[in-house]
Amino acid sequence: MTYLQAITDGLREAMRADERVFVLGEDVGAFGGAFKATEGLYDEFGADRVQDFPIAESAIVGTAVGAAIAGLRPVAEVQFADFVACGFDQLVNVAGKMHWRTGLAVPMVLRLPSGGGFAGGPYHSQNPEAWFMHAPGLKVLAPSTPEDAKGMLMAAIADENPVCFLEHKHLYRRVKGAVPLGDHRTPFTARVAREGAELTIVAYGAMVHAALQAADAFEPGRVEVLDLRALVPLDEEAILASVRRTSKVLIVDEANETCAAGAQVAALVADRAFSDLDGPVRRVATPDAPVPFSPGLEQAVLPTPDRIAEAARELLAY
Amino acid sequence: MLTEEPRSTASSSPRGRAPHSPEHPPPPRPAPPAPPRLTAADRAALLRFMVEMRTFEERGVALYKQGRTPGSFYDGHGQEAISVGAAFALGPDDVICSPLIRDLGAHLVRGTDLAQIIRHHLGRDNALSRGREGNVHFGDVDRGVIGMVSMLPDMMVVAVGLAMAFRMRRERRVALTFFGDGATSPGAWHEAMNVAGLRREPVILLCENNGLAYSTPTERQFAVGPAERAKAYGMPGVVVDGNDVEAVFAATHAARERALAGDGPTLIEARTMRMHGHGSHDDARYVDPAVFAAWRERDPIATYEARLRAEGTDVDALRAGVLERLEAAVQAALAAPLPDPATATDGVFADGPGRTLGRGDAPWSGHAGPEAGR
Repeated sequence: MTYLQAITDGLREAMRADERVFVLGEDVGAFGGAFKATEGLYDEFGADRVQDFPIAESAIVGTAVGAAIAGLRPVAEVQFADFVACGFDQLVNVAGKMHWRTGLAVPMVLRLPSGGGFAGGPYHSQNPEAWFMHAPGLKVLAPSTPEDAKGMLMAAIADENPVCFLEHKHLYRRVKGAVPLGDHRTPFTARVAREGAELTIVAYGAMVHAALQAADAFEPGRVEVLDLRALVPLDEEAILASVRRTSKVLIVDEANETCAAGAQVAALVADRAFSDLDGPVRRVATPDAPVPFSPGLEQAVLPTPDRIAEAARELLAY
Repeated sequence: MLTEEPRSTASSSPRGRAPHSPEHPPPPRPAPPAPPRLTAADRAALLRFMVEMRTFEERGVALYKQGRTPGSFYDGHGQEAISVGAAFALGPDDVICSPLIRDLGAHLVRGTDLAQIIRHHLGRDNALSRGREGNVHFGDVDRGVIGMVSMLPDMMVVAVGLAMAFRMRRERRVALTFFGDGATSPGAWHEAMNVAGLRREPVILLCENNGLAYSTPTERQFAVGPAERAKAYGMPGVVVDGNDVEAVFAATHAARERALAGDGPTLIEARTMRMHGHGSHDDARYVDPAVFAAWRERDPIATYEARLRAEGTDVDALRAGVLERLEAAVQAALAAPLPDPATATDGVFADGPGRTLGRGDAPWSGHAGPEAGR
């Protein structure tokens, strides 16, 4: 099953199991969504549970908040993660603060097709996860495999909090894998994607695959790849345990470097595992520029397996 | 007579229902409802809530000026008829999302405890906000009232979402949302209006047009007023005298009937005047004193009080009762402790099912049956 099919499967299973679950967003109905993530759901569940919305991200996010506090479990889709900026206020000021203010749970999921690598240009390639990590009350997830895409989506739908679910567009049809049938939930904890003893590469989303490719450049057993899976809550113990085992850490972000998720990981390691380190905390990320359109330009900014391997080589030799 | 019990919360059929597509026409309309009738007890209650709002807010300004209230204090002097009249038309399962800066009356009508409200204003430990917010930022979830956020009109969008959930579950309830003239400018207002009108959500959109958004008059706020714009979004726009509590009640009642019949939202524009600055810190020097003088003649409490006094209501006893309750509430609030600082970061995330929206008071006799309250 592809990563994309795993998302559709997770949605379908959740909607079959719980009639409070419904889907809303732009073109998610009979058309099945811009990326076909909701394909077939309209035929099975009808217009009330698969709701086409006008182009209005504030309305998509805000009505999802209202429906959630009324007791439903909305799963909203923002067509491209970039467009979440148009609904940012509802997410940060309304959804994220609601439980702290009122005690009302806001069990909603916002699906955010994110990331670059396909010549989407500056408005269709962003990785906005750090915006939401900085806003209290929002959970932030970024699966890298089909199994996790389904398992984390189903767990997110069952969660009582607003969840930003960053599904990577570049993985939709490129990544395939076995996915458990039926109800499948994955905890919001990190996963060791590859074991190694000399260096930890911390990554999430599409960068897990880039990191695994980079790790192939070294003898087996040297480079560990830790897939964060969840950015909020951040699995601090798993990060620290891995870094303490390997004594070196390289953190990879597809997002723009300044204040990216990886910066939080770097701060954590510096604060709590400093004495276990045998080298500097290194990062590879997209420079602080919009993602360009032209393929050569795009490849010039996004972290590639080669760039990650080069940084890993330097660290291993440190 | 209205039935106030919500319908089963069981969801719709698996196919769901298009809100108003040709193959799924809206349900047939029931016979037009009888116009709402207010008993003498209803009228006394309307006056009492308005007096309670003003009396408390006068005391609130005093407490603020004495330095006992942290932050700031905002009041709705002169606008009491709007939130009192609108909330009075609601049934117990209806939701208010959210009362704003001049809408204390809505909280009082729903039955929220006055001492808790004062504790909230004073930053004391309280059930409404636990000291996390101040001044007008509070709700009473147990009574179906959700507190406002400052990014107006964000909660109007949330109200549309609540109404959407009610419709999807075929529940017989509506959401009421308040907003000011200034809140009609941000994009979220237009998104809420568009979705509410398009989907015929059972929501009442109540605009308090008091002529001023902070210091900006409506002439510099919009070229086309809210009620006129409503038509463009596919809903009626009804203008009422915001200083006439019974007019606001009747308009809200009609909008609620319309929503319950499946005919969708109504925008009510209640026209009034803000009789003071934006908050206690603002002397409103930008308003011509003659404007205030003219509007003072139309004070919603003085005019209604004169009418009820002429009809035989014992207004003095009513006022004395309000003062007595207020004084007891203030003393209780002043004696309450501050919240435990250790709780400041509690509850950012829900670790289980959260609180659920409760039912509010519905003091209008019409909700209990035509003979109630006589």
